[in-house]
Amino acid sequence: MIYLFLIGIPALMGLASLLVKSDDWRPWILPLGFSIHLSLVIACWKTLPTPSPLGWFGLDEAGLIVLTLASAMLLVFSIYCLEYLRLRKERPNRLFTASLAFILSAVSLVCVSRHMGLLWVGMEALTLASAPLIYFNHNQRSLEATWKYLMMGSLGIGLALLGTFFLALAMPANSVKTDPLLIDSLILHARFLSLPWLKGAFIFLLVGYGTKMGLSPFHSWKPDAYGEAPGVAGGVLAGVMTSCPFLGILRIFQICSSAGLLEFSQGLLILIGLLSMATAAVFVIGQRDFKRMLAYSSVENMGILVLGVGLGPMGTFFALLHLINNGLTKGALFLSAGNIHRAFGGKTMDHAHGALRRVPISAALFLLGFIAITGSPPFASFVSEFGILRSALDSGHLGAAFGFVLFLAAIFIGMATTVLSVVYGTPKEKSDMAVQGDSPFMVLPPIILMSAVLFLGLWLPHWLTDALKRSANALNGVL
Amino acid sequence: MQELSQILLVLIALFSFYALGNSSLIGCIRIIALQGMCLGLLPLIIDRQGFGMQIILIASGMFILKGFLIPRILSYAIREVKIRREMEPLIGYNASLLIGVFLIGISFILASRLPLPENIRTSLLVPVSLSVLMMGMLMMIVRVKAVTQVIGYLMFENGIYLFGLAISYQAPWLIEMGVLLDVFVAVFVMGIVINHIARAFDSINTENLTNLGD
Repeated sequence: MIYLFLIGIPALMGLASLLVKSDDWRPWILPLGFSIHLSLVIACWKTLPTPSPLGWFGLDEAGLIVLTLASAMLLVFSIYCLEYLRLRKERPNRLFTASLAFILSAVSLVCVSRHMGLLWVGMEALTLASAPLIYFNHNQRSLEATWKYLMMGSLGIGLALLGTFFLALAMPANSVKTDPLLIDSLILHARFLSLPWLKGAFIFLLVGYGTKMGLSPFHSWKPDAYGEAPGVAGGVLAGVMTSCPFLGILRIFQICSSAGLLEFSQGLLILIGLLSMATAAVFVIGQRDFKRMLAYSSVENMGILVLGVGLGPMGTFFALLHLINNGLTKGALFLSAGNIHRAFGGKTMDHAHGALRRVPISAALFLLGFIAITGSPPFASFVSEFGILRSALDSGHLGAAFGFVLFLAAIFIGMATTVLSVVYGTPKEKSDMAVQGDSPFMVLPPIILMSAVLFLGLWLPHWLTDALKRSANALNGVL
Repeated sequence: MQELSQILLVLIALFSFYALGNSSLIGCIRIIALQGMCLGLLPLIIDRQGFGMQIILIASGMFILKGFLIPRILSYAIREVKIRREMEPLIGYNASLLIGVFLIGISFILASRLPLPENIRTSLLVPVSLSVLMMGMLMMIVRVKAVTQVIGYLMFENGIYLFGLAISYQAPWLIEMGVLLDVFVAVFVMGIVINHIARAFDSINTENLTNLGD
């Protein structure tokens, strides 16, 4: 029953936003509905809800963590949207508002699915629901970004469907009566799965959902989409939506690890993780467009996530923690980047220079976000990135550890050049933009997100560490 | 019934092949509509134990959506476009036909190597599904018109659906409907974007979409 509410409430909000006529009142639907959703999710932390009778729906710790992150972040974003959409009166916001609500509905579906087919349906719905966000500005550049996003996304999601079929083939036909794509039944019968098909399924699902996550070499849509979408939409894409395909990869990883393919899948994850970090390092250096820079930083962090999962239970623990840290920080970064973009009327170093003088709070948040995302203390990403480095050394992956440190350093230097030039200095000319200074409702949401990152860096609540630990062990087949 | 399904499968493969060599946009849309209709009929014909409500539901859903609604959306999307032919594909028509033949050959070899049960391996379904899938991907890559790229995507998707039929994995009807609905909405969204591309650039060549990059 709870599953129906989790998926249905945001979907109803989406329909309501389509029906409401007034552009002024419509955005208020979001914070109202999202807070109901978040309170339902928080209630799930007390006791995990029981799986539905046929086993199609259920919540485990990994799903709950992603769902909580998504629900909380979308609530924060929706508060930002109230002011943002008021400033962007020239654009109708009906589709934008409805999209945000449908995104939460699709995210909920992905998180509570215990069936790989159902998970796929949610993932595709998520792709489609997010296209209007990228196209919000309705100009030629955003059109191009949307088209590339749709084409790459559809191809990726198609390959994931093929991988899902391979998974159904891996299940021996005669021995099992239940549906061959139920995750729990796949794990239960893991010993009988046909290994060649399972390997094929893992590769195709990794490529398919990896495209949605933006892992290299399937990341080419990412800088375009993040660059052209409004800041808040970039935050939704980078902070909320990338975690869903990651969850999909975690599901198939869990099946592989219980079927005895642990080393095979770990090897692939380490490889693709390091490749993504390397790609990000190459493109982030000399990047003049600060929104595209954030996109490459997202490619890097997605790489860190899969790399962490490839390094065993401890690495998985810190990867899951990093999922939270990266999501929160990316949200703050994109929101403040959006504020800076608006204040200067451009998103490259040529336009934006000396942001600290024009929008001091947003610029400070942007700087802090940069410090946090590159893994500096006292922010939480330091804990997770350091933990991943330690688990690489502990598990004897010296090469991976070396690459990890090298790429982190390169990305730090590359990002620093852009960020410092945007934040410090004196603005070149007087702006003719209407935006003067920070508006409280547009800096409060990133402040909330950054405080959460700082808080998690200083103190990890025990219920969170417990959930992360249980989830990491379950994913790696350790009991 | 066995022969009829074989004929349908050959037709499905031929339609893909025909689309690869066709330069007319409307022609390609018609071909993909015919392929969609064949695809809708296929589950009714393939010999199966049960013949329940669900199969009829899926088959009619496929038939209506892929045979009529989706082609309608695509022709609606390009109604304002003046140039109705694919002008300069990245790979010419003869060359793409040759690659198509090559892909069909690969599919047959690949299908015979896959560790599939005997009765599936000998049927035409797997090689046809693989070749339709690969020709769809080819079309997505080498064509420059946005509509033909969508048609390539649809073909790719059709190939995947055929593969699902081939391994006789009967997905629960809810999921099958979900997949179908997702594809439909995807084409719907793409149709809208094509329409906007047509208005913004006065053409639907994706070659215009090259402003972004590093």
